[in-house]
Amino acid sequence: MNAPIDVKTLIIDGVDVSARADQTVLDVARENNIFIPTLCHLDGLSDVGACRLCLVAVKNSPKLSPACVLRVEEGMEVVTKSERLLHYRQTILQLLFAERNHVCSVCVVNNLCELQSMAQSQGVTHVRFPYRNPKLQVDASHERFAADQNRCILCTRCVRVCDEIEAAHVWDVMGRGIDSRVITDLMQPWGDSSCTSCGKCVNVCPTGALFDKSKVGSSRPKNPDFVPYLNMMREVR
Amino acid sequence: MTNEKLQQIAETNVAERKEYDYELNVCMALGCISQHSDRLKAALIEEVARSGKRCHVRQTGCIGPCAVGPLVAVSPTGTLYGNVQETDVEAVVASLGGEPVKRLETHLQHYFEGQQAIVLENSGQIDPEKIDEFIGRNGYQALMQTITQMASQHVIEQISKSGLRGRGGGGYPTGLKWGTVAKAVGTQKFVICNGDEGDPGAFMDRSVLESNPQRVIEGMAIAAYAVGADKGFIYVRAEYPLAISRLTVALREARRGGFLGNNICGTKFAFDMEIRIGAGAFVCGEETALIASIEGLRGQPRPRPPYPAFAGLWGAPTLINNVETFANVAPILRKGPEYFAGIGTAKSKGTKVFALTGKIANTGLIEVPMGMTLRQIIFEIGGGIPAGHKFKAVQTGGPSGGCIPEQHLDLPVSYESLIGMGSMMGSGGMIVMDDTSCMVNVARFFMEFCMTESCGKCTPCRAGTAQMFNLLTKICDCEASHADLDLLIDLCDVVKNTSLCGLGMTAPNPVLSTLRYFKNEYLEHIENRHCPAGVCASSRKPAIQRMVTA
Repeated sequence: MNAPIDVKTLIIDGVDVSARADQTVLDVARENNIFIPTLCHLDGLSDVGACRLCLVAVKNSPKLSPACVLRVEEGMEVVTKSERLLHYRQTILQLLFAERNHVCSVCVVNNLCELQSMAQSQGVTHVRFPYRNPKLQVDASHERFAADQNRCILCTRCVRVCDEIEAAHVWDVMGRGIDSRVITDLMQPWGDSSCTSCGKCVNVCPTGALFDKSKVGSSRPKNPDFVPYLNMMREVR
Repeated sequence: MTNEKLQQIAETNVAERKEYDYELNVCMALGCISQHSDRLKAALIEEVARSGKRCHVRQTGCIGPCAVGPLVAVSPTGTLYGNVQETDVEAVVASLGGEPVKRLETHLQHYFEGQQAIVLENSGQIDPEKIDEFIGRNGYQALMQTITQMASQHVIEQISKSGLRGRGGGGYPTGLKWGTVAKAVGTQKFVICNGDEGDPGAFMDRSVLESNPQRVIEGMAIAAYAVGADKGFIYVRAEYPLAISRLTVALREARRGGFLGNNICGTKFAFDMEIRIGAGAFVCGEETALIASIEGLRGQPRPRPPYPAFAGLWGAPTLINNVETFANVAPILRKGPEYFAGIGTAKSKGTKVFALTGKIANTGLIEVPMGMTLRQIIFEIGGGIPAGHKFKAVQTGGPSGGCIPEQHLDLPVSYESLIGMGSMMGSGGMIVMDDTSCMVNVARFFMEFCMTESCGKCTPCRAGTAQMFNLLTKICDCEASHADLDLLIDLCDVVKNTSLCGLGMTAPNPVLSTLRYFKNEYLEHIENRHCPAGVCASSRKPAIQRMVTA
């Protein structure tokens, strides 16, 4: 006999919606065509709540909560859009642009970049902060792929997909704060690392930080949608 | 271990102490050791042996006024010698039984008068590496009494009744936290002691661990009994090697004495603990990051909920309290919750240990009842500002706190009052600043700290603190405009409200509090390109050069 499914009802942006008890606010909002911006979230990977773009306001809660890890509750009232939230999202995106060297016009994923499209959707027309212009490395030692730290936004999707889906855990993060970097193995060049060359990290990377050398300058988009499919096929039935 | 045996150890220890006519307690906490109190102690032992006097030379933990170390306390006369050098040992030993050595005597009546010791009651009186001395001063009585006579629910009630709140900074009611962990469902539960004290200018937890490690172990064992845990961890930062070595000795002795392990005090209760050494990250003082670090992962916080009380270490219900919180537990149970609740203000009970540092006469460790005013702490106990300078502000709560100016010094210290002043209790560091400090520069210092200690996981803290630091540097360099200040204020709001963990949420506090009370200093840097305190480099540039940059 199946356990009864616990269903909750809640209000998102004034719309009454129903959800399974184990769903997050982000899941439910997307099911109901309510758009909440995200960068570190990717369907099929674990959530870390790190990019802070999906922050939403919950009635009677003093703090903003990241929708990607916020479990639904009965009678919850969530607001996903407000002037204040928009201002925060725009500022966070501006901070990301100013953090490293994001120059869209010369980027391998120009017009196919999640950071770029997110900035457009959130109405970021300019960056209020001075660009930090750090000097960062490009690792092109891998025969098929390259990693350009200048375009990394530290969403850690590559780390998670490599660990959780490919189970290789080649990628990880070193350093801390503004000096954090994604690295392969213990900072070996990508080409010398234990990489299985599966290419999953390249496909999930939201920016041009990880890219396929054979597709530079082409208009072939990345395909991060394979993850839920892989997960589904692997489920024990 | 039985109650009778415990009594017997205590009596033996008291009797042993009576065999001596005098006791010389030499402070062997880190502050005094750095001034060679270890060599002083060896010299005193030699000199006592030569003199033939019946005198016991003992290493103790922190005595308090670090400013005048190395310290030697004489018992039973109660004389406290300061700045004692190896060359002074003959005079000190010769004076036993006679007149005290005038030139070494400290005059700190005011320093000790206003204090009230609960956490530090044995600090400076017992040898932290000898469990018998701890037992001789009522040590482990509370544990014995708790696990042989009280139901765990009753222990939690007592802690709740005492009004004890978390001493790590947040001030969450300890009884409530224990009750939540006790009710959480799980076959395995953990107790963690947070000793990752990383605030600049704070050394309360270090001193407690160095001076009386057994007290913390006792508190943790009682907590474990109350919440139903059988395994504990003490997380101490690697920068505290002496605390770690004293804890290691203390754990060994506690196990040998039967206060840790299986069948503690002859009951079914089993509990043991391990030391985990931090790898030098401030953010690991945040509970979820600390848990990740113990698990062997990168020390990064994760979003809460779920709270550690429900899903903490390896997913099990976990109780995390600060060193000082655990150190308060045994006295509450021994003396009764009413005793503890009788001290302090309406919502903040008991005492608080503070580390006085900065531009203050008596730097050192103090313990005062909650509700004492900052003025009493700084000017009576602390002895005020030295060398004819004027008080400007006191910084509490470390990088998460703020600067409190002169006009608020008469407010009683409590969790709520400090938050009302734009600061916070924090773990208890108090940095006093005089008129030679530039408040913009102070804000910049703390922002640099937050920037380098940010783990880098969430965007606002990682990139936001770096931008705020650059803006503050620009102001300090007298090169900023009003637009820069507006941007800084806006960024403070964003980082405060969007960061993932407490480090990011509170990182703007030093800026916000200095802006609240010392906005004129910011404006002076911006409008007149001048640092009123004369600290920032540009104001020392020749006037002509300043005019050019302007």
